[in-house]
Amino acid sequence: MIIGIPAEIHAEERRVAASPEVVQKFIAAGFEVIIEAGAGAGANFSDDVFREAGAKIGEDAESVWSADVIIKVRPPEYNNELDRHEVDLMKKGANLISFIWPAQNQELLLRLAKKKATAMAMDSIPRISRAQKLDALSSMANIAGYRAVIEASNLFGRFFAGQITAAGKVPPAKVLVIGAGVAGLAAIGTAKSLGAIVRAFDTRPEVKDQIQSMDAEFLELDFEEDGTGQGGYAKVMSKEFIDAEMALFAEQARDVDVIITTALIPGKPAPKLITNAMVMSMKDGSVIIDLAAEQGGNCEGTVPGKVVNRYGVNIVGYTDLPSRLAAQSSQLYATNIYNLIMELCPNADGCTEIDMEDEVVRGATVVHQGEVTWPPPVIAVGAERKPSFGGQILKTESEPEEKIEAEPSAFVKVIQGAWMPVVLAGLALFGLGQVAPPSFMAHFTVFVLSCFIGYMVIWNVSPSLHTPLMSVTNAISSIIILGGLTQISAPDNLIFILAGIAVFITCINIVGGFSVTQRMLQMFRG
Amino acid sequence: MSPSLITVSYLGAAALFILALGGLKTNETARRGNMFGIVGMTIAILVTIAAFVSNKLEILIVIMVAGGALGFILSRRVQMTQMPELVAILHSLVGLAAVLIGFANFMDTSLQFTGVDKTIHSIEVYIGIAIGALTFTGSVIAYGKLSGRIGGQPMLLPARHWLNLAMFVAVVVVAIKFVGEADHHQAMIYLLIMTAIAMVFGVHMVAAIGGADMPVVISMLNSYSGWAAAATGFMLSNDLLIVTGALVGSSGAILSYIMCRAMNRQFISVIAGGFGTSGGSSAGASVEGDVQTIDIAGVAELLSQAKEVMVIPGYGMATAQAQHAIADISKTLLEKGVNVRFGIHPVAGRMPGHMNVLLAEAKVPYDIVFEMDEINDDFPNIDVSIVVGANDTVNPLAQEDADSPIAGMPVLEVWKGHTTVVLKRGMAAGYAGVDNPLFVKENTRMLFGDAKESLDALAKAI
Repeated sequence: MIIGIPAEIHAEERRVAASPEVVQKFIAAGFEVIIEAGAGAGANFSDDVFREAGAKIGEDAESVWSADVIIKVRPPEYNNELDRHEVDLMKKGANLISFIWPAQNQELLLRLAKKKATAMAMDSIPRISRAQKLDALSSMANIAGYRAVIEASNLFGRFFAGQITAAGKVPPAKVLVIGAGVAGLAAIGTAKSLGAIVRAFDTRPEVKDQIQSMDAEFLELDFEEDGTGQGGYAKVMSKEFIDAEMALFAEQARDVDVIITTALIPGKPAPKLITNAMVMSMKDGSVIIDLAAEQGGNCEGTVPGKVVNRYGVNIVGYTDLPSRLAAQSSQLYATNIYNLIMELCPNADGCTEIDMEDEVVRGATVVHQGEVTWPPPVIAVGAERKPSFGGQILKTESEPEEKIEAEPSAFVKVIQGAWMPVVLAGLALFGLGQVAPPSFMAHFTVFVLSCFIGYMVIWNVSPSLHTPLMSVTNAISSIIILGGLTQISAPDNLIFILAGIAVFITCINIVGGFSVTQRMLQMFRG
Repeated sequence: MSPSLITVSYLGAAALFILALGGLKTNETARRGNMFGIVGMTIAILVTIAAFVSNKLEILIVIMVAGGALGFILSRRVQMTQMPELVAILHSLVGLAAVLIGFANFMDTSLQFTGVDKTIHSIEVYIGIAIGALTFTGSVIAYGKLSGRIGGQPMLLPARHWLNLAMFVAVVVVAIKFVGEADHHQAMIYLLIMTAIAMVFGVHMVAAIGGADMPVVISMLNSYSGWAAAATGFMLSNDLLIVTGALVGSSGAILSYIMCRAMNRQFISVIAGGFGTSGGSSAGASVEGDVQTIDIAGVAELLSQAKEVMVIPGYGMATAQAQHAIADISKTLLEKGVNVRFGIHPVAGRMPGHMNVLLAEAKVPYDIVFEMDEINDDFPNIDVSIVVGANDTVNPLAQEDADSPIAGMPVLEVWKGHTTVVLKRGMAAGYAGVDNPLFVKENTRMLFGDAKESLDALAKAI
């Protein structure tokens, strides 16, 4: 099959859906790859690099769009230059993989259906553990979070890290991050590594540990309400909760220098968390980065796509933060796409197959062979999904559950009773003292004391020498040879034979045991 | 030779044996300790020959030289990866010797006891043979399992606990008959019956224990071979045998305890057999997710950027004989200034300290080889962990899933490092039969293939 990678025509879009590495991997998996000339320019991948990786370069958009599988970043849109919609350039029945945002782009779904196309939306991949490596939203959110801090530091007139210099003391910047999803956590990590004091707030109490594990302060409300919604996202909170929350933000706004908001609720406009009054209360020169700008913004003053200055505060409403780090985001996005295609092509034979039984594939497929299949049936995933950040798993440390002791069988139970051995030993010793002759008790004393010596000596043995310990104890336990030696002179032939065999095998053991120990210890000479 | 002189020689030998074990405290003193052991053994044998052997001395010397030569050849030929097998088979010889000496002693009619002395002597003979017999067959089975001649899966007979109990009761009943039996010939038959039962018991006990519990079994058999020697010492009224047997017996018992603790298992449930069988049939959560593979070049790339590398060897390293390749890799990395360390789980391999011996053989400096407890807290700082043929000892289920058969077992927390590379032949579960969610973690990369070939290629690549 041929994979086509068209250039992105959306204004200011610098990303591309494939990197040269991924092209190489596609070709290794049996695909052919055609990429539009100049498609990678915005991400610093030249046509030559793609050519070296084995891709064909398509000179015009039509040649690329006629491939079997189209992979791209933005949803297909109207191409003014060609005066045609991109979907109309597709072959009948072809596959499309890109961000699609089906909820906002119903018309696009119908258009794809008319083409008998199959479309998979990278934004509709179910957010479950198994699909993490396909999760382009997380990849992009991670980059957006990073870039948000970089944009903030660019506009902010001071250091992030505190310093004591000859020219005076510089206080560290204070950063408030609202919403600790993937983007929020990435922002926390980046701000932290620039040296800022970072505070974070989230309605989901389960993220507290994640925030604290990144050495940021988790702001808490004196209010009990769990904001965990379906799929690891947040849900709409009660009015009382929101009031308490707003009071907290108002208080924080007076204190912090940078606010980064990432609060989103699926299927709803972004909640307005930072009011104009709060912006007014912020110090002049402060910065607000609104990552929810595309969904209307968390800040009342946000203008999507623009930087505005309100009451001396710069409010950044960029909606293309990942695109501003095009090389990085293209590389991660391309890998997500590659992983998705390999899910569809498990045999690496250059053919794809859509398995609608697979919950990940089902969720991502928004149009299947000309039928709109969005929205998919609901699957309960709860909070299972572990947010990922920079390839690291941020695990919520749950309280270790109390161990459930397996019910031992009756036999084991009797033996395991702690009092049994003590009582038995006591009784046995008493009984022994009653009947045993003194000669036996002398030997017995030696035996018990030797056990204690052994106990003391063995605990001192270095664990790395446990194997030599076993072989040397094995050799000295062959002291049993003395038994054979005392019997071998017996007149009885049978006894002689038994003793002879015993001497023979213990000699194997003595020499073998000591010699192999010696050999091992030579190696430990180091 | 006067009895006091004999006693003094035996005392000297016993002291030397204690010093031999004490010497194993450090690598430096260990070889001297071994020499003490050899000297002690030589004194004991020579004194005993001088004191007790009145005729057939020539035959005795021939037998001893032949046995010694055979032992020497074995010890030189054995590969370090086969140490567990060698130790197991050597244990079986101690057990067999205890049985033979017990029977010889019983047949020796020149020894006459009366009253309580007779009863006690009979019991001593009986116990000595019983422990010897079960050590013998148990070790043979352990040898079979370790060398792959017998499958590693536990053999679980229905009602095996009751079977064991029945055998134990039978041994006790026969013991009572044996002690009370005046007729020497009839007593001999009882002794033979018991020996047969004890042998079956040994087979059944070890067969029911899974491959992952082998370190416990080996230590336990080590312990038994000591108790067999001690029991023989009682039988012969020989204090040197009693002392040595007790030393070896407690050594093996402590090792068993350490191994059990390292697996969070009760000693008794290991002995009772079957890994995880008491944990119910719902053997843990199944693992969902996809593994992410990596190739040699990818690992080389990872290593070239790493500052902190941890190598986690397991039994797979021994079977693939990959210790030299990993030693080469660690040497190259060390020369580049990378901090390479080895993390050893107490039950890695098939006997206590197995991995240390293999790494020592490959000349890995032992100051970079650490025990689990020493390095487990460092994983968050580790850039790359390389897991070579380990599985259960790095399984996060031990901490995450209370229903898992390995729940509560201390494990090396490799998943807390930045990246983990797992070398494995295929996706088979470990000896515990438990899936390992480590393999599908986002920061884990699988390098499939024979560990030695992979590592040799990797050594060239870096």
